[in-house]
Amino acid sequence: MKYLEEKIFKIIMIGAAVIIMGVLIYIIGTVFYKGLPSLTWEMITRIPGGGFYLGKEGGVLNAIAGSVFIVAGALVISLIISVPLVMYINFYLPNKSFFANAIRFSLDILFGVPSIVYGAFGFALMVYMGIKASLMGGIITVAMLIMPIMMRSLDEVTRLLSRDLPDALLSLGSTKYEMTKVLLRQLMPGLTTAVLLAIGRVIGDAATVLFTTGYTDNIPSSFGQPAATLPLSIFFQLGSPVEEVQNRAYASAIILTVIILILSFSARYFSSKFSKNKI
Amino acid sequence: MNITAERIKVLTTDHLTVEDKVSPSLKVIPNFAIRTEDLNVFIENHHILQDINLTIPEKSITCVIGPSGCGKTTFLRSLNRMHDETPEVKIKGKIIVDGVNIYDPGINVIDIRKKMGLLAQRPCPLPMSIFDNVAYGPRIHGIKRRKTINQTVIQYLQYVGLWDEVRGRVRSSASKLSIGQQQRLCLARGLAIEPEYVLGDEATSALDPLSTKIIEELFIKLKEKYTVILVTHTLRQARRIADHIVFMYLGKVIESGPTDEFFNNPKKQITREYLSGSFS
Repeated sequence: MKYLEEKIFKIIMIGAAVIIMGVLIYIIGTVFYKGLPSLTWEMITRIPGGGFYLGKEGGVLNAIAGSVFIVAGALVISLIISVPLVMYINFYLPNKSFFANAIRFSLDILFGVPSIVYGAFGFALMVYMGIKASLMGGIITVAMLIMPIMMRSLDEVTRLLSRDLPDALLSLGSTKYEMTKVLLRQLMPGLTTAVLLAIGRVIGDAATVLFTTGYTDNIPSSFGQPAATLPLSIFFQLGSPVEEVQNRAYASAIILTVIILILSFSARYFSSKFSKNKI
Repeated sequence: MNITAERIKVLTTDHLTVEDKVSPSLKVIPNFAIRTEDLNVFIENHHILQDINLTIPEKSITCVIGPSGCGKTTFLRSLNRMHDETPEVKIKGKIIVDGVNIYDPGINVIDIRKKMGLLAQRPCPLPMSIFDNVAYGPRIHGIKRRKTINQTVIQYLQYVGLWDEVRGRVRSSASKLSIGQQQRLCLARGLAIEPEYVLGDEATSALDPLSTKIIEELFIKLKEKYTVILVTHTLRQARRIADHIVFMYLGKVIESGPTDEFFNNPKKQITREYLSGSFS
């Protein structure tokens, strides 16, 4: 009987693993199978020419640049706000602080808000302030979307930090600020994970940028101009009746995947470099 | 008088200036260095320490012993005001260190902590290199000259006997040291801020016998310059290294006195029971 239980659970677990791996391989396989023949150097280095969406020459550099600008800008804004907030609720407020828990609770709610709601909210805000669809609008909206994700995941790792290290620092006569600076080094891998989660969530997101950033075939040269993004670019290409353009959409998806991979690997590399003295 | 002379011998001139800035009015009072007056500590509704009246003699080792949960660690943490970080802890009474009540309003917590080097139960090196670990204290307390910092680091690494072991790799991570070495590093780090008191919170309980022996020998060496207060679980350790014993039970000081007298001729029944191992 015991043996049977063991066997059944083993089968369930292996089955789950196989399904997950299978789906992943199927998705990536499809994207690469359809996209790889269309993935040319031109795709990466050129903006769409006239008639790009009808199968003529051009690339998706506009979307690559737009996506990178928006994600980078949003990361800067949300890091500037998230890191101090998490440090404050963990190290400055007392352990069972009502205020800290209230913040955590509201972050949990914000975490679950769908991105289209952020998009709509950002759009409403922009209309109210009289800003047109632009890179700036996109950055701010995307920052609002990723802040709860970043804060919550950074908060989780910060809470796991043992009390020994803060105690050791305080007993050496550190001020809270000096203590926080050292603790941040210890938290570097956690911070990297938070950033990666945020990027992964947002770089493929079309809903937030749909209203707020607009779409353009050019690379934006200022914050006030609209910008293209990879997910929207893929959407427009897939919507084309021309088969060649549809295949280019898959090539764009490869580009998106590779960008995420590069970011992920480099972030892990730098984080391990920063934390080589971690205890 | 010769105490002062002894002190000056071991301190660098840099240290004197820093110390003078911090506490110009504090003078060394002979015989005892720390005195508590009706010290009561409450954590939420629990009365953890009850009416502690103690004098701790200077330049000697005082061991605080007692069964688990009797308030030893709470007592130690109240000496360097670590309870300030936990608002649910309330403290009443006085702790007089060098003639000044450290719980007086207007006392700078950082100055108090700087005077009390704390050695924790488990070594907790900072996430930096061995060198930076020891240099951290002097740096945050305002010493900028590279040469002074180098000297300080080498001096204290030598003092704890770690210098020869790490000489070639002071720039590598402190986490690569063995746990016994880490504890000595933590001691060096604590001493580098030039404290006058060394507090040890079961500082050897996580260590192997050999490392324990090294740390114990260091404590004996420390009492030449510092007042050492140790919390310990091991009676044998207390007997080996202590000059004075404080026995605590259920938040009260039951008995205290010189080591020989305490172990050979305990006055209270409960002390005798504890020493004979009826409870622990």
